Amino acid sequence: MSGGTPTPAALNVAIIGAGPAAFYAAEALFRDGPPTTHVDMFDRLPTPFGLVRHGVAPDHQKIKNVTKSFSQVAADPRFRFFGNVEFGRDLSLDDIRAHYHQVLFATGAQTDRRMNIPGEDLRGSHPATAFVAWYNGHPDFQDCQFDLSQERVAVVGVGNVAVDVARILCLSREEMEQTDMPRHVIEALSQSRVREVHLLGRRGPAQAAFTNPELKELGNLADADLVIRPEEAALDELSRAEVEASGDRMLQRKVDMIAEFAARPPEGKERQLFLRFFVSPVELIGGVSGTVTALKLVRTRLVASESGTLSAEPTGEFETIETGLVFRSVGYRGVPLPGVPFHERWGVILNESGRILDEASNEPLPGMYTSGWIKRGPSGVIGTNKPDSVETVAAMLEDAVSGRTFAPVESARDAYPATLESRGLRCVTFDDWCRIDAVEQAQGAREGRPRAKLTSVAEMLACLDAPAASSSQVASAAG
Amino acid sequence: MKLESILAAKGPQVITTGAGTSISDAIALLAHHNIGAVIVVDPAGAPSGILSERDIIRHLAASDAPAGATVGDWMTSPVTVATPADDVDAVLQTMTARRFRHVPVVERGRLLGMVTIGDLVKAERDDFQGAIESLESQLLDA
Repeated sequence: MSGGTPTPAALNVAIIGAGPAAFYAAEALFRDGPPTTHVDMFDRLPTPFGLVRHGVAPDHQKIKNVTKSFSQVAADPRFRFFGNVEFGRDLSLDDIRAHYHQVLFATGAQTDRRMNIPGEDLRGSHPATAFVAWYNGHPDFQDCQFDLSQERVAVVGVGNVAVDVARILCLSREEMEQTDMPRHVIEALSQSRVREVHLLGRRGPAQAAFTNPELKELGNLADADLVIRPEEAALDELSRAEVEASGDRMLQRKVDMIAEFAARPPEGKERQLFLRFFVSPVELIGGVSGTVTALKLVRTRLVASESGTLSAEPTGEFETIETGLVFRSVGYRGVPLPGVPFHERWGVILNESGRILDEASNEPLPGMYTSGWIKRGPSGVIGTNKPDSVETVAAMLEDAVSGRTFAPVESARDAYPATLESRGLRCVTFDDWCRIDAVEQAQGAREGRPRAKLTSVAEMLACLDAPAASSSQVASAAG
Repeated sequence: MKLESILAAKGPQVITTGAGTSISDAIALLAHHNIGAVIVVDPAGAPSGILSERDIIRHLAASDAPAGATVGDWMTSPVTVATPADDVDAVLQTMTARRFRHVPVVERGRLLGMVTIGDLVKAERDDFQGAIESLESQLLDA
């Protein structure tokens, strides 16, 4: 037994990250663990909820409802939040070992996958996630510059993120005023000169990852016509057979809707959103200044792999889109954490069903677990993290019973906030977050929208340390 | 959803054997690891076949003697393989239609792992559960 005594007296768990996977894990620990289970959740930002706050599109507020059930988890007296504390900088694995029985890493997929084509790093070519983080007010991305004076934009990919980016670029001022985007983002987007957005899919309509409601939304934008080429909307033989064999009515509905949109004449709206299929980027072409000027594409056709997947194969026929602004959205991967084994090929923490494995022996490392996108890679919707975290928590509780845990100093958890603050850290508690939340919502209410986000850590901390009466002024100053 | 999201949480270990292994040793391997099939690899490490419980039962039913038989004699070869970028839906359909339960996953000839029909069904179930969970939280004000 490498850990301490199985301690029915307490199961103290540290969770790194405060997104959906983290909260679903805390919920499962409280529900299925011993009554003495305690959870301390750490996030590098002062704000909880991860991609619900910084990823989910600002015009999809209903999806953010899930934070209400996360807040109920946080209201459990056995739960503590430590925002503004970064693993690896403020908090080491050794600190955690000394204070907790187990740690769960739920840090998500924080970086973009590369396209691996020439010109990818030219100025004007951005990971779509940077743009998403910017318009969602993520403190680390507020200095990003996107050249919205361009009239034509290319978005590579047709997944949820690509579709969000394309839609946000096409929103009317009125639609933006319903969102929780920071004021400076609304101003920047309102002054955008973008007239054409090209959304580029490598495969066909039957393989597109977006959902039917998302597609319908693209077809009903106030300020943009959705344009689909009839020849790209038509299903090839292989796809038709695949749709039929699947018996999936939603998929059938999707390809029908795409055909209907393709047949619809444009209404002459201010912008055009071109949804393209069977095209794959091969090169970003740069001008003398090192800025992208065009995107070269190869047309593709579908071929069936041995296992039945339809994948795109280049045809040798090329086309070029003149554009100075490209957003790349071809997938995400996790970032390695100090002292935590990582699997380079999958871009996740090395694990088996959530148990972190030793790199040399492939055996589970006692006390160490993972869930969410840093466990399985980026897949599914917010709710998909629930079964994922439940699986990991089942392993944690099984191991806790058999005593395969860290061996912390018994009373250490109580001393924890003091330990952190003695290092000069300003930890943000869940109550603190509730105050930030109230300030943001109050400012939102004044502007007739759900929330006006604070976008810098300094601003957030200032609003906590200011007397209650002046917090609204802080929010106004932020606007 | 792609096969790589299943492999990512399966750990890097894949159980393999060579065509020259005796059937009794292969059976012991299946029992030891509590698995239903073992991938047969050539000296370069590329999958050349698969030996599953069904192969063993078929040969036993035909009164083939396990003594002296090798994995190469009883395996199914060639074996259908997949790549990490293959769609879970499509692979599941192919496995159901062609009635096999294990697929080695390869990339540029290199064996990366194996997915079973159980893995795929679990992934689909979690996907559906996740979608329902998210839809409920949007509909109901928690």
